[in-house]
Amino acid sequence: MKVRVEVGLKQGVLDPEAVTIERSLLHLGFEGVSGLRKTRIFTFELATSDRAAAESQVRAMCEKLLVNPVIESYGFKVEE
Amino acid sequence: MRAAVVTFPGANRDRDLVRAFRATGFSEVHLVWHADAELPPADVVGIPGGFSYGDYLRCGAIAARSPIMRAVADFANAGGYVLGVCNGFQILCEAGMLPGALVRNVGLRFICRPAALTVARGGTAFTAGLADGERIMISTAHGDGNYTADEDTLDRLEGEGRVLFRYVENPNGSVRDIAGITDASGRVLGLMPHPECHVDPRTGHTGGRTIFESLLQTVGRG
Repeated sequence: MKVRVEVGLKQGVLDPEAVTIERSLLHLGFEGVSGLRKTRIFTFELATSDRAAAESQVRAMCEKLLVNPVIESYGFKVEE
Repeated sequence: MRAAVVTFPGANRDRDLVRAFRATGFSEVHLVWHADAELPPADVVGIPGGFSYGDYLRCGAIAARSPIMRAVADFANAGGYVLGVCNGFQILCEAGMLPGALVRNVGLRFICRPAALTVARGGTAFTAGLADGERIMISTAHGDGNYTADEDTLDRLEGEGRVLFRYVENPNGSVRDIAGITDASGRVLGLMPHPECHVDPRTGHTGGRTIFESLLQTVGRG
């Protein structure tokens, strides 16, 4: 299975880096940019053919290590 | 009194913490390797500053999941005192031993300069020798010292008197100027600036000394 996990700061948690990137885009003349978020994507292979098992394993990985639930939210996709 | 300081790969302030414990009267101070599953007999455990695991993933994230941290959590639950400084504060948050998280400084810069702190609550295990409102000068050295937590958590921290130190001039964007908090038991302190830098008059300030002496007094009382 191919796994793709995307992790980003929750809405409401200030990301000074994202703010700076957004401001930089505006300075370059790209008008109308707002709400820029910076996220992180993890991709990996998981040796199982059982989708439900893969999903529960990925969820556990997120909760145990990949995500800090205090400040981050996540989503993931599992594909053959 | 005995202290143990944990060394993680990438920690660079572990020896400073050892020196500070020794200089303030702790008679036995041990360094413990992160891969160990057990702590030596100790009254206080120090989680040092630095860049454990190169700050990979999130600051403190990997170190928080190392074998020794399970022993540190057990130690705290059994009544032990834990002092986490800088990266140590980040590790304690990542390990779930302290609430909230430390994120990138507002302004994005690594900040390395002395900061004046206000003692938000004196007379605790870590501030026995300090009075409410007293000011101490301690150096900061961090890129991710911006403390954040949800409003309910912050209200609870303040209501329970768990905010021990605040910045006089907030250098990093921390909510409510928070520089140091304890867990619900009051025995686990996370502090962003480095008290271990300031136990010797040769460093210019000795503002950190009282924190170690308070701990010594606290554990000495039993």
